[in-house]
Amino acid sequence: MLDSLRREFRSLAPAVDFCALRFVEESSEYLAVRQDVPEPPRLQVNRGAMVTVIDKGGLGYGATSDLSRAGLAQAMDRARAYASLTAGRSVMDYGAVEMPRPHGEYRSPVARDAASLSRKEKYELLTSEAAQCRIDERIVDWEANLWTTASKQAYFTADGGDVRQEFHFVVPNLSATAYAKGESQTRTHAGRYNGFCRQGGLEILDAFGLTGAGRTVAEGALELLAAPNCPGGTMDVLLLPDQMMLQIHESIGHPLELDRILGDERNFAGTSFVTLDMFGKYRYGSELLNVTHDPTRPEQYASYGWDDDGLAAQKLFLIRDGILERPLGGAISQKRAGIAGVANTRACAWNRAPIDRMANLNVEPGGSSMDELIASIDHGVMMSTNVSWSIDDSRNKFQFGCEWGRMIRGGKLAEVVKNPNYRGISATFWRSLSGVGDASTFQVMGTPFCGKGEPSQVIRVGHASPACRFSNVDVFGGAA
Amino acid sequence: MSDMRDYFEEIAAHLDSLARPGEVIISALSAEESDFIRFNRSAVRQATAVRQAAWTISLIGGPKRLDARVNVAGNLAADKPALGALVGELRDSLDGVPDDPFLLYETQPARSAARRAARLPEPAQVIDEVLVAGRGLDLVGFYASGPIWKGFASTLGVRHWHAVESFNFGWCLYHDRDKAVKTSYAGAEWESRAFEGRMRFAREQLALLGERPRDLAPGAYRAFLAPAALTELLGMMSWAGFGLKSRNTKQSALIRMIEQGERLSPLVTITENTREGIASGFQAEGFVRPPQVALVDSGALSAPLVSPRSSREYGVPTNGANAGETPESLDLGGGSLAEARALEALGTGIYVGNLWYLNFSDRSACRLTGMTRFASFWVEGGRIRAPLNVMRFDDTAYRILGANLEALTRERELVPDTDTYGERSTVSVRTPGALLREFTLTL
Repeated sequence: MLDSLRREFRSLAPAVDFCALRFVEESSEYLAVRQDVPEPPRLQVNRGAMVTVIDKGGLGYGATSDLSRAGLAQAMDRARAYASLTAGRSVMDYGAVEMPRPHGEYRSPVARDAASLSRKEKYELLTSEAAQCRIDERIVDWEANLWTTASKQAYFTADGGDVRQEFHFVVPNLSATAYAKGESQTRTHAGRYNGFCRQGGLEILDAFGLTGAGRTVAEGALELLAAPNCPGGTMDVLLLPDQMMLQIHESIGHPLELDRILGDERNFAGTSFVTLDMFGKYRYGSELLNVTHDPTRPEQYASYGWDDDGLAAQKLFLIRDGILERPLGGAISQKRAGIAGVANTRACAWNRAPIDRMANLNVEPGGSSMDELIASIDHGVMMSTNVSWSIDDSRNKFQFGCEWGRMIRGGKLAEVVKNPNYRGISATFWRSLSGVGDASTFQVMGTPFCGKGEPSQVIRVGHASPACRFSNVDVFGGAA
Repeated sequence: MSDMRDYFEEIAAHLDSLARPGEVIISALSAEESDFIRFNRSAVRQATAVRQAAWTISLIGGPKRLDARVNVAGNLAADKPALGALVGELRDSLDGVPDDPFLLYETQPARSAARRAARLPEPAQVIDEVLVAGRGLDLVGFYASGPIWKGFASTLGVRHWHAVESFNFGWCLYHDRDKAVKTSYAGAEWESRAFEGRMRFAREQLALLGERPRDLAPGAYRAFLAPAALTELLGMMSWAGFGLKSRNTKQSALIRMIEQGERLSPLVTITENTREGIASGFQAEGFVRPPQVALVDSGALSAPLVSPRSSREYGVPTNGANAGETPESLDLGGGSLAEARALEALGTGIYVGNLWYLNFSDRSACRLTGMTRFASFWVEGGRIRAPLNVMRFDDTAYRILGANLEALTRERELVPDTDTYGERSTVSVRTPGALLREFTLTL
């Protein structure tokens, strides 16, 4: 099918400076068991193609779910018309961008194909684990779900580029809510918003720790219900990887997106406190901070061989020893800004034009064990599992909340606390990084739901991190 | 895709012919032809044309249901065989699907059709006018336009059709860094003079941003929230706040209104006002929505939104809510304060043009946090004195729309949801502005 699509595309491609076709077909299945009742399966096939035309300095995109010759021709006409309309009136001369002509194939590593279990067997697995949540009458809601997706993508340029990529995504989740005396507490296994998401097959369920997780989340919800509110004050925080992923995402990832820095997102997602002159010299964090953009880590959620403008993926440092080195910007943004970036021009689907997105954005492991991190804190709180996030449109003033906290006193773990929140300012927060966990504390997480762009796009993002300690943070708990 | 109504009816009839005895097929069409144009620094950044159609087909056999959403070409020749094959695949899989005790769909024959036509401008005209208007300014914005088609059909004789054509242009004029005036122009007919008028107003506001910005210390301030800001607050309350499932599973952000009798101000009446919204009058299982559902009545929590699934689960009749039980045409009733007197009534305090990136800092307490954004000002003696540097608020809905709510404006704005996740949204909020005795800023 892809070969015939390529032939059709190339036979239709107009005589312009650059023309490409990006095809995407995503097939997904979502299964859920809530309160021991299996919900009907939700299946989806999201399929279509987008044509890119660059001509005489203008740029146009045409997308269609009609993959017939006539449908492709119409999409091409509209892309060409937009390229013509915008020539000489765009933010740059798009003809000046050297668009890649890539060749190759990429495939997610899959040990156990999603189809190796029947739908019935998957339901049984979820039902069994959900049933383990029913441990107390105060557990008022519980759910186990599994979302699997296979995505076939192809990128053809009229002048010979040809890339085929096949991705397999697995996203399990478990949650339980406990209620008493007007208050609810929810505990999840790796986040309410699918923080455990990876590329691969059903072997991911083992890495997730599905077996036994039902009882664990239910006990966790009851534990929170009985816990005191997190105390307020200035103290050290120890963030576990399932909160670090959010901290990285919001206060490193988004501010370093080159299209934000160039102003494209100011009408919606916002701008950035980072400016072009900071690269190469700005102290983003303490010298313990090392951040990489790494779409090459096979099991991570947003790995690929090439981005959606055909740029080859590679692991690159964005921040090294605390100093800002490069932004998250693909071929077009790099040309506009005159600065080296990474291969991260991505679209969430066939019907959206690619923009600068973080893929796998990771904090590199340091040298401290978890015991050493805890022992180094005299007065602080360990926080786990993001539940709330809010940050200003320059990605600077933030406030984040977690499901679960545990006080640390005199270098030892103390009581569990509920509603742990903290506030800070990106520009200074990372400089308070005072401890970075070693590889034994490192976890590979991510999110399926990073929103950005006009028209809106929700895209997959990966974040891996060790546990990290931050000093002198403004911490507070829930309402009285 | 220009004769989508005929296409919808023919596909629906075709699906009727595919159902075997004992089977029901319910189906929903979602299609659009959209133009999307992004602007940055008073030039075009990206221009995209999207033509897409998708059917969600649900095959129901006794207590079993299997759904699949697929993209299609949008023409009969291609889609009839493709959807026929899909129904066959669903049939082959249906036996392996667990029984669904909460299955509910419309079984009574019904028909409806709504159409809102428009006279939309050519993209070339929009680009011309925006670039001229933005000359010498730092304009960044997003234009979306075109027809949206929604249809519902079932083999039990239900047909609902909803066709809307519209445009929506939202843009900012930037002064510097994060200081900007946000404006929008939406409707069914692009009128150059109306656009120019809005640009003129935006330019006047932009001049106010030239003053030296004021930093506020954390604390409680008298405040006026413009409709765009209040829309964000209402959006958070709508996120699992009004649904029956969220109530019964104790996860509603309004749990204290349910369990402890907490109330908002008597000035607050919130309605799911389908009659005056943009969204379709039917939902995914074919149920027709009532014209209005009172959600909060004079400060007291009223009816929940009930999806068909919750209806079965909890034994409460559905009121046409979507699966997530979120409002699609939320309406906050107006008050008595004339908008023109809002600054005078505020006296000294903050005028909040927009709020941004809201989330719960304590969901059970409906405590919210978020940022001020765009044109927000320090006001003294009823006059704008200086733009504000962004500030974080952290406060409960019970204080903001409860004890601290002094007045709502008489005039209200219809704020269409500009989200285009996957497809263009038809959700909207109609809201006044709100004068608050106190609004708590924290960072």
